This record gives sequence, structure tokens and C-alpha cells, in this order.
Amino acid sequence: MSVKNDTIEFPDELLAFIRVWKEKPGNLIMVLHKVQEEYGYIPREAADRVSELLEVPLAKIYGVITFYHFFKLTKPGKYNMQVCLGTACYLKGGDTLLEELENLLGIKTNEVTDDGLYSIEAVRCVGCCGLAPVLVVGEEVFGKVTKDQLPGIISKFKK
Amino acid sequence: MAIKNYILICGGTACESSRADDIYKNLIAECASQGVSDDVQIVKTGCFGFCEQGPIVKILPEDSFYVQVKPEDAKELVSEHIVKGREVTRLLYDKNKSKKHAKVEDIQFYQKQFRIVLRNCGFINPENIDEYIAREGYAALEKALFNMTPDDVIGELKTAGIRGRGGAGFPTWMKWNFTKQVENDTKYVVCNADEGDPGAYMDRSTLEGDPHSILEAMTIAGYTCGARQGYIYIRAEYPLAIKRLEIAMQQARDYGLLGEDILGSGFSFDIEIRLGAGAFVCGEETALLASIEGERGMPRPRPPFPAVKGLWGQPTVINNVETWANIPMIILKGGDWFSKIGTEDSKGTKVFALTGKIRNSGLVEVPMGTTLREIIFDIGGGIANDKEFKAVQTGGPSGGVITKADLDTPIDYGSLMGLGSMMGSGGMIVMDEDDCIVDVTKFYLGFSVDESCGKCSPCRIGGRSLYNILDKITKGEGEMEDLEQMKSIGQAMKKASLCGLGQTAPNPILSTIHYFEDEYLAHIKDKRCPAGKCKELISFNILADKCIGCTACARKCPVGAITGERRQLHRIDPELCIKCGVCLETCKFGAIYVR
Repeated sequence: MSVKNDTIEFPDELLAFIRVWKEKPGNLIMVLHKVQEEYGYIPREAADRVSELLEVPLAKIYGVITFYHFFKLTKPGKYNMQVCLGTACYLKGGDTLLEELENLLGIKTNEVTDDGLYSIEAVRCVGCCGLAPVLVVGEEVFGKVTKDQLPGIISKFKK
Repeated sequence: MAIKNYILICGGTACESSRADDIYKNLIAECASQGVSDDVQIVKTGCFGFCEQGPIVKILPEDSFYVQVKPEDAKELVSEHIVKGREVTRLLYDKNKSKKHAKVEDIQFYQKQFRIVLRNCGFINPENIDEYIAREGYAALEKALFNMTPDDVIGELKTAGIRGRGGAGFPTWMKWNFTKQVENDTKYVVCNADEGDPGAYMDRSTLEGDPHSILEAMTIAGYTCGARQGYIYIRAEYPLAIKRLEIAMQQARDYGLLGEDILGSGFSFDIEIRLGAGAFVCGEETALLASIEGERGMPRPRPPFPAVKGLWGQPTVINNVETWANIPMIILKGGDWFSKIGTEDSKGTKVFALTGKIRNSGLVEVPMGTTLREIIFDIGGGIANDKEFKAVQTGGPSGGVITKADLDTPIDYGSLMGLGSMMGSGGMIVMDEDDCIVDVTKFYLGFSVDESCGKCSPCRIGGRSLYNILDKITKGEGEMEDLEQMKSIGQAMKKASLCGLGQTAPNPILSTIHYFEDEYLAHIKDKRCPAGKCKELISFNILADKCIGCTACARKCPVGAITGERRQLHRIDPELCIKCGVCLETCKFGAIYVR
């Protein structure tokens, strides 16, 4: 799905979803989730469109997006490497994994590599504390990760 | 044909990530190819709790407990255990013991545990309502609808003495009763599944392993309080739990256990899922309600309490997942039964997520009143790698530390408060000698600062000031006045913050200054980090009598800070060293030490 400069056409499925939810109170967060699912983040044009469709001021939409950590305003890499920094992972060296990942990819946390392939994100507890330290890439969870394993994990996602 | 064996595979998130799904598929394929499909039922269950040893496969009726199973082990499990009736010894948890000792109840991790909340986790397929019903599922709902008045239900909860498991420990019957007493056409029931405490995952496992128990409990609350609509507010970061809840809701509707005219009783109730979006403060009930309403998740002053004026201004019963999971058992077995478990102050059980530097990390459910020593050393197997126990943290960013001296304290709401910590949602994080108490405290404060919603200034400004002071101390720039300053800011935040987040955010500091003042003083006065964690305060050195001059560390050092000829003593240049610790990991002779 390409994002044009000024306007954006939502796919039918998303439009249908918004139509159903428009009737329900407190729909904004649910709709934003669906938008982010579609684009990987919430582009400005999409926020504009949501504002029109739900008849909610754009300022309010940005108020909500920026309040919640889950919503992103910039496009993440194709493979967003999420390093868990929950307490258990932190104690078991999650912070050193994050540092090493930054060194290996040559970007800082919340940045994207030039080829758009990788980004790094520090997340709070993914609920797999028994596997600490944990790295999540897309749907895949890597547990008891050591620094040595990182190059291997990165190259697994090279396509 | 009769089923001879049941194979149970853990389908919790942790085991799924270790390829439990491949094991499941391989077992099905192997049973088919070895011609035993009709003799075996293969079930993917919820979390067994013993996450350290996952993925876990249990085979009944022998009760064989296989750990760290790989997808390629499926063939042997089927050909040996199922076809020939011989246990695969190499995969058993306790490989040294004979067959009859390999049973689940003999595993120390499960001894002393008592399961009410996790009763079905690891037993039933959470995606099949029939299995839940077979274990008395929805019997409590039927009993409440047809044999009990709403007052009977509340009376039962009162007798049981159950208190909220989300952290604050408010008596559940009172909450329900407040809502019930309000005369209002519209009321709501809400499940708080916004499990945000870093290091706690009991709610996730409960939802993934036994979603129907939550639906059943919420429906009972709807009947009791006069609500027709329920909401489950769940973290978007828990996709598997969301999926299983959706499946469960659909099945319950198909069976007439949810929706219009439940079981022909005339009572109607339905539930909708609302997703969180990664804000810890939304675990606070008024912030959570704001978030369901689609707003920024900021707390509101209480009173009015949600029980009277909650979601969209209507009376709302709100409980957390673990509290809900207890309800069907209390209705079914009676408040008396429940009140016999636990202590005078706290009834029933509590689930803890035991993590950190512990040998057996996992989910543990114990009767209230069990001691920390029993949980950490008997169930948890003690500290990993034979290190020294330092402290255990409970209550997450709102709690505090408990030291060796208090390990024999029986756990309940009151005793933990007395020790300057709190029950919280049940995260229990064990620290060893390598963990710096100041650094961990800074970690918690960093979390609270990140998660402060910014509405009230005591939390917004106070939290940031506390964090800055801690940061200064870990960099060796601390001064003696800092300790008093932190205590005074902390006390002000406790008194003046609007919600639980700000009121409890200073707890990690106040608690650690109380129990580990020495360690703060070492950082402030001696500019030294005893645990060797704070980078600005440590240096890496080489022991002359241990270094054999193998050059391994010098070759690995990323900045070339280590010099020395082959077979000669090496040296680390402190000016160049970036304290990455690679040399320490590389040296096989224990010649590198941190000072």
C-alpha cells in the first residue's frame, strides 16, 4: 500500500471496520489500532482521513496517538527489532543486547536503517519473563538471547 | 476406539516461541504415520507455569513430564512412549529418577503450589469450550442464575473474603455491592487485563490458558450488579490472549452462555474487547475507563469511585483478571471453602511471576501465607549459578525490596506493606550479588517517569527529579544531601499525587534507601559500585597471578585498550577502556576482575 502525499484511500476492509465502529462509543483507539495494522504506523494523511470519517478533530486524534506508546508516527523498519526492557530482561542483560544491536546495525534506538530494513525499539515487558532476555522480531520471539546470537538473528531477516 | 493416552503440550506464549506449535504438528503427524492416531488425544493447553524448562509436554495417564522438548523429539515420544509404553528418559525433567518418581506432583517446583486461578492452565485446550465445561466450567454461572439471588452472590464473596488481586487489595464484595446498590438502568462490568507491571505475566497466562473462566465470572457479576454489558480491556501486546478470548466469546455465544437470554434465564449479558495501547497508567482504574472511552488514559480524582460513577459516567464494577478467575470457584465451592485458604488478613491464593536470577523461573500459585523463602528456595530452587541472594522485589515499580532478614515473613497484603513493599499484581523479581540496588531503583524510576501521564505535577516533576538524582549517584556525582532530598520529594509525591502511579512511584527509592543505605553510601562517598554494574564507577583490571598471556582478551577488545606480549602479563589502559566487559567474558582463567 503506497502512501501518497496529500490524500490517502483506505482499503475497503478498513473502511468497513470504521463504518461498524463509528456507531460505537469510544471507538478512536480501536480504529487507530486498525490503521496502524494496515500501514505499520499512522501516517499524517491517515490521521486526516480518520478525522473526516469519525468526525473527530485532528488535534484530538494526535492527542491520543502521542499519549500511547504503541502508536507510531514514523514508519518502522521492515523488521522492527524489539528488545524487551522489562525488569527480568533488564536484570539479565537486556540493556547490553540493545547496545550491541545498535552497534551491529549502526543505528540508535527508534531509528531505521537507510535501506528501511531494520529498526530498533526498546519495549516494556512482553510477558515472557521466563525466557529473559527476550528479543521480538515481528511475530517471532527469541528467548535467552546472548550477544553472540545477534548477528545470526539479524541475518535471518535479510530479505 | 478408546483413548489410551493424552498428550498435553504447553501453548503459552513462552513455549510457543520455543516452537511448541511445531511439536504439536509433528506429534499429530507421527501418531498418524505410526498408526496410533485413534489411541491418542493431543491437546494444546495453556501455560504449565514452569517456563524455565519449556517447551513442556505431559503425557497422561503416566503423568510423564517432558521438558525442553524439540520438534524433532516427536517421533521418539510417539514410538517409545505411545507405541511401546516406555518413557523417554532423556527428556524427563528428573532424568536420574526411576519412572515412578517422574510424576508432576513430585517435582519440587509444583510442591507447595495450590491452584485455583491456574486450575485449568495446562489441563484443557483453551480453544475448546467443551473441555472447560467438562471441568465444571459454567456450573457456577448456572448456580448463580438459578439458585442464588444477587445478594446471595455478594454474601458468598463476603464470606470468602477475597480482595482485589490487581494490587490495592480492596474487598471485592464491597465493590460489587456499591454498584449493585446504585439505582441505574445502565451499568457496566470491566475486566482489567492491562497487565503493565514489567516482570509480571500471570494475567496473560490465565487469559491464554483459561479464557472462559473470565467470561463466566464477568457474566456472574453482570447478573449480580444488574449490568448487561461487559468490557475486557487488554494490552494490544498480547495477541494470543486476544485471539483466545475472541474464540471463547464466540463459543460461549453459540452455547447460549453469553448474549441474549442466557441459559433461558431471561438474563442477557455480552462482552466486548477493547485494546490498550501501551500505557502503564491505564492499569489504574479511572485511567483505564478513560481509555475505553477512547480518550487519553489519564486518571480522574476519586471519589466518585467507578463503582458509582465509572464508564461513561455509569456505575461500573472493575476487577483484574486474577480476581475474576477466582470467582467461579468461590460460587461453586462456597465462600467458606475459600476463606479456609490463606491467612486472617488475606484469603485464597496468589499467583506470582517468579523471575530474575532464579533457577526455576515461572508462574507460581501458592496459598496466601506461604513464606518468601518457600517460594524462592523450595519452589524456585534458589539462586541461579550459585550466586548469593541479595533481595527480592515485589510490587514492580510501585513496590519495594525485601532482604534476607525477612524471607520467613508469610506473604499477605498486610505483611508486605509492613515491610515497605506491596503485593502489587504479583511480579516477584529475585536479585543476586551482581545486581546493583541503585541501578535497579533507577530502572524502576525511569519506568515510572516514562509512564507518568503528566496530569498532576507531583508525579510529573517529582518523578523526574528523583530520576535525575539517582542518575547522578550512579555516575559518581552524588552528594550526601541527595538521600534526604530524595526522601522528602518521595514523601511529597506519596501525599500529593493524583493516582496510584505517582503515589507509589517513590516506593522503590524509599525502600532501598531503608534496606541498602550502605550501597547508596558506597556510590556517594566512596564513588564505588559494589556490584560492579555502574559503568562510571568501575574499572576492569588484570590479576597478575592469573593472566597467562594468551592474548585472547587483547584480540577481542573492540577499542584496543589491552596490550601485552604473548605469555606476558597483559594490561588494560583505563583511558581507552569503554567498560564493555568483553574481556571478562573472554578470559578463561578468571584473570579479569571488576573493581
